[in-house]
Order: sequence, then structure tokens, then C-alpha cells
Amino acid sequence: MSVRLLNASGCLDALTAPEVVTTLDAFVTKTVTPLPREGSPPPRIAEVDGWMLNSIGLQNPGIEVFSTSVLPRLRDLGVPLWVSVGGFSASDYRICCERIDELDAVHVVELNLSCPNVDEAPETVVELVEAARSATGKPLYAKLSPATPHIAELARAVAHAGVDGLSLVNTLRGLALDPETLCPRLALGSGGASGPALRPIALACVHACAKAVELPIVGIGGVMSGKDVLDFVAVGASAVALGTVLFGDPFAPARIRDELEREARSGAYGSAVEIGRLAHGSAFPTEV
Amino acid sequence: MKGSRSALGSGFGQTSVLGFARRQRLAVVANDAVGPYVLLRLERGEMAPGVPGQFFMLEAPGQLLPRPMSLCLAPPAELAFLLEPIGPGTRALAALAPREGIHVLGPLGNGFDLDVRRPLLVAGGIGIAPMPYLSDALGGPPAVLGFRSARHAEAARLLPGAEVVVEPRLVTELLPDDLGDVLACGPEPMLEAVRELAPTAQVAWEAPMACGYGACYGCVVDVDGRYARLCVEGPVL
Repeated sequence: MSVRLLNASGCLDALTAPEVVTTLDAFVTKTVTPLPREGSPPPRIAEVDGWMLNSIGLQNPGIEVFSTSVLPRLRDLGVPLWVSVGGFSASDYRICCERIDELDAVHVVELNLSCPNVDEAPETVVELVEAARSATGKPLYAKLSPATPHIAELARAVAHAGVDGLSLVNTLRGLALDPETLCPRLALGSGGASGPALRPIALACVHACAKAVELPIVGIGGVMSGKDVLDFVAVGASAVALGTVLFGDPFAPARIRDELEREARSGAYGSAVEIGRLAHGSAFPTEV
Repeated sequence: MKGSRSALGSGFGQTSVLGFARRQRLAVVANDAVGPYVLLRLERGEMAPGVPGQFFMLEAPGQLLPRPMSLCLAPPAELAFLLEPIGPGTRALAALAPREGIHVLGPLGNGFDLDVRRPLLVAGGIGIAPMPYLSDALGGPPAVLGFRSARHAEAARLLPGAEVVVEPRLVTELLPDDLGDVLACGPEPMLEAVRELAPTAQVAWEAPMACGYGACYGCVVDVDGRYARLCVEGPVL
């Protein structure tokens, strides 16, 4: 069975680990904003109770340096490129998307609408999507937060605003304390929580959205194994992105593919399309 | 933000940081107590020991993320890491029994530049970790070690012949006027003090790391006013 494997945005640097990128079906960049950002002060990461917390703060060189200096080197890797775009206003999303629209090397724009570590834009998610949609004809994926109260409704709304797919989900905001000082372990206090504990939450989001909209979905959240990929396919994902697992093992994509093949060959679940119907009942259309 | 580190050798323009690294499951030979520290000895497998000051990401049983450790000793067919069991990860590593296995990724990062004329090793506390392997590579140069207690100072036996101080005395009190080429590792205040006295010192820094190969941007330090990933541009800066 073939399921496209991507990296989750911010979980792999194609230029320091190109040999990992070439084991993926597409590379998703770290989020790019209109202006350069230094990011959050350290400490930026911590592990607590099976979760990883991060507060990187969208460190990036800005859309212009990204377009002229980084993108040409990414293009040379020969892997389809998804550029993650973020910002602090609808105008930020529009500026980035207008610039990216000129860049042939970019296949897909993923809208980071859900970073838990920076200030939110004053506009609604739908308004941010509309700003991006007006600025580019490239495929747009909306990356949503698992903390969205009614994620299926939001999925319908962003579908109506013109996105071509969903990336589900981003991290959840969490906080860990130093056991001796009871001070937050991250410099900014809270951070985005990821890891296997996020997986059931992400599965619920994909399951709900796959019933609500007919859009391709990238499942993201705590995938550690081939069986985890299969779970996302079963609830309606057509691709799966790897995040925290890459930190512990840069060679995880090949292992996970092997595990997925073995799971599929075991014959217990049938084809990918059939698998896509398992968690939803027989009427569910899934293309993988 | 801590004092700015000055990059002696910039890591910019690098290609793969995984170039020479491998990831293998290695069997534990032994966990030897060294005062309050633990020397975790692993079978080397096909792994290269790398340059002194480089580090490895060690799978910590029961933990989501591996832990970065610089190589302490490279006896034949082994890789040995000195740990201070102070958190869940280091305690899990210190509790490993012989023949248990853990995944190890490395060697990673930029180690010490060994092209030095008059090396002087300076370390504090668990910062002694990379020094025995470094000392072997440099033919046993003079060394100065500082520890916070006599029990911690038991680790000085890993570096025979070193001068040792115990708090409240500090390693900087033992440094000669003519320092030569200082190579240092230890707590940040000590490293800042050493840099004051020896601006060209090669210093191995420490930061929490999730990946060790430039993916997570978690381990940044201030280098000349910008945030640089310690795993890519360091840990020796």
C-alpha cells in the first residue's frame, strides 16, 4: 500500500539532512513569515510525561531571503516542495502567498493557521484563508489546531473559502514546570505539545473533518509506526506527516514505510480505499 | 539572554550534518559508578567515535526524545559516555543493565580543533565528560578540573595527572598567566569566566536538544547576536 509520507512543518531541515528528505514524498518547510524572525529565546524544548514541548517561535529568514537563497537549494533536492506560510495578519498571509505564487519550485502552500507559540492574527481563520486564496493559484492546505472547538465546522468554512486540502493537526498548547523551582521550563512559558499522546486527538480531528468535507487530508500527530499511519488512513487521511518521531530517528520514514507494507501485506484490512471505509462505514470515499 | 558566544569557526554553508553519522542499536557493556556520575559503556558496533567534542544522541528508555552526550572514552570496541543522573532521561540511561540495548545516533556536531600548539584542558563538573577522549587525542596535555564536592571530584580519576579544585575554589584560580590554547567544557558561568581570560578558547557548550541534527531548532544559543543551532554550528564554538 502506498501512502504519501511527508514531514510535519518545522520537524526537518532539508539543508542539514538532505538524505532524510529524499526518503519522503514531499518536503514541508519550516513556516515562513514576511519578515525575518529570530524566534523564541531558549530554552525552547522540553520533554514531559511522554510529550515534547516546543516553543521555537517561527524562526525563519523571511519570505524574500527564503525565496532567493533557500528555495533554489531546496529545489535541487528533487522532492516536491510544500511551503508553510505564517503571519500575524491577513496581509502577512497575502504577502507571502503573492511572492510564492511567482515561484515555480513550490508545489503546495500550507497555511499555518494554528501556531500555539506566537500571537494570533486579529482576523478569523477564514479571513486568513481568503487573503491567501486571493494571492495565489497554487494548491492551499489549511493547517488547523486540535484545540478548535468545532473542527468539522471550521473545515467546512475553510473549504468554502477555497482551500484544496487540510493538514490535521498542529500541536496543542502545553506547559511544563521544573520540578525543583516550579518555574516553566520553556523561556516563554508554554509551548506546542507533540508526540504519541497527540495521536488520538489528531485521529478524532481527521475522522470528523473527513466526514465533513471532500478534501484530501494530511494526518499529523504522534505517528511513530506503520500501524499509526494505517490508523490515519482508516479515519480518512490521504497522506501522513511525521513530526516528533523524526527527532529521535532521522531514518524513521524508511522504517515506517516497511512497517506499513507489512501491515498491508498481512491482508487483514484490504486495500487503502477499503481501509478508508473501515472507520467511517461503507459510504466513505477515500483516495490514497 | 546569556553572553554572546563568538563563533571561531562558522558552520554556515554546511551540507548534511548526518554525513558521517550512523544510527545503531548498541549493547550495554557496563554502567560503572564514578563518584555520583555513571560511565555508560556501550559496544561500539559499526559506529565511528568521531572527533573529541562531538556528541551522540542516546535513546533513553521510556523517554520520547534521545539525549545528547559527548563521547568520554573510546576504548577498543567500545564507546563510553559519562552521565550525571539528574533527570528522567539520564536516570534511565544510568539504570541500563549489561546486554540491554539502546539506539545511538552519531557522531554529530563540530568537535574540538586538535591543531593546537600548547593545549590546556579546563573542565567543571560533568563538563569533564569529553576531556578523557580529548586528552588521549592530544597526548595527555595539562588539565585543570573543578568540582562542587569531593565526591564529584572522584571523576578526576578519568583524567590522571589533572589539577583538581573543589568549591568554593574555582578552576579559574588555577589557570596559569600564560594560558596557551584553552579547550574547555563545563557550566556556563565557568565557560564565560574562561572566555574572559582566554578569548580564543575553544569551548564546548550544552543545550537541550531534541534531534541533534538541525531539525528542531530547539538548541539555539546566541552566537554574535543571532540564534544559532548548537548541534549544527557547535557544540564547540
